[in-house]
Amino acid sequence: MPMFHLSDDDLLEYAAGRFAEPFAVLIAAHLTLCPTCRRSVAEFEALGGLAIEAAPAVDMAAGSLDAVLARLDEPEPLELRRTIPPATGEFSRLPIPLRAFVGAAPRWKKVIRGLDEAEIGTGRGNVRARLMRIAPGCAMPRHTHGGREMLIVLDGGYSDEIGVYDVGDVAVADPDVVHRPVADAEEGCLCFAVTDARLKLTGPVGRVLNLFIRY
Amino acid sequence: MDTVSSPATTEAQQLVLWLGRVAQLRDRAAFGQLFGYFAPRLKGYLIRLGCDAGASEELVQDVMLTVWRRAESFDAAQAGVATWIYTIARNRRIDRLRSERHPAFDPSDPLLVPDEAENAEQGIETAEREHSLRSAIMRLPKEQARLLQMAFFEDQPHSGIAATTRLPLGTVKSRIRLALARLRRELGSDGSI
Repeated sequence: MPMFHLSDDDLLEYAAGRFAEPFAVLIAAHLTLCPTCRRSVAEFEALGGLAIEAAPAVDMAAGSLDAVLARLDEPEPLELRRTIPPATGEFSRLPIPLRAFVGAAPRWKKVIRGLDEAEIGTGRGNVRARLMRIAPGCAMPRHTHGGREMLIVLDGGYSDEIGVYDVGDVAVADPDVVHRPVADAEEGCLCFAVTDARLKLTGPVGRVLNLFIRY
Repeated sequence: MDTVSSPATTEAQQLVLWLGRVAQLRDRAAFGQLFGYFAPRLKGYLIRLGCDAGASEELVQDVMLTVWRRAESFDAAQAGVATWIYTIARNRRIDRLRSERHPAFDPSDPLLVPDEAENAEQGIETAEREHSLRSAIMRLPKEQARLLQMAFFEDQPHSGIAATTRLPLGTVKSRIRLALARLRRELGSDGSI
């Protein structure tokens, strides 16, 4: 059971459908692993149900029901169905919504020693999503975040100044958080991160790396 | 549990019955009943969210068609019919507005961590729970109810609510948090709203 959860604010925004897809995918991955947050989302969705029942009824256009009845036997459009890659290799550690989002086999690239990353999707606007693989015991350069970063641990774990993050735990960082994560000494760390702005390295080496690494 | 059902729970049970007939018997008359109940409310809801009448009409038809197609996936132990339809409407709306999916957890996911508490509580009817939620909202202080309404029922992000109410963003967030905490308190100590 995860120890680090999403805030009610974030779960509410998710239930209302206001997060960009990569953030919502991360949240759905956490929900798979966290019955507590799942219950909160179910409650928020129940508020949505109430909103519909309490809404003022507005008459549908004449013939509206007949129009829908006439379409009941149409085959469902293909784009509404999704394909989920099989749970082999690293995919076995990815909850289904994340597996569906990642789609094809991730293209790993070495970023720095001990850190591989695979960019997911083309990225819309400022939102960037990526899988990260950190080697056992490896420390990341100290950094902060230009905007918002959400990260979920999928395998292994890491620790930083704030705590020890295990599978299912979510870390939400903003420009106030400066940290230096260290991957689990035995298992390393596989995680999925979504950012809506560039991340900034803060150490002396980091400042130089900023020039070369597009975080 | 109390065996006397309130009108609201009877109505909720009726909706479950209709949806069950759609799922199991592909019953068009039952679908027509669901359409009669939900379509005008959904349209009103979408107009409230800022959709124009034409787009709302089209989206409601789309949602109701999805209700027909997905009826089998409805699980009365998980949510009420209105709640389930809310999730469909939300997802279809996201698809229309942003051409994106709303990703959800999959109950059949091999990685799913099961909810121990849920199994213990299964005796409590979902309809009953949603009915209590409704009355708890009525008992909220006006301002808290208003903020919740803007957040959920009018689709305003927290920043939008802050602008409308001229309250600082932090205040909006903390008052919504207060309202949610109060709902939870009113609905008992089991931690669920």
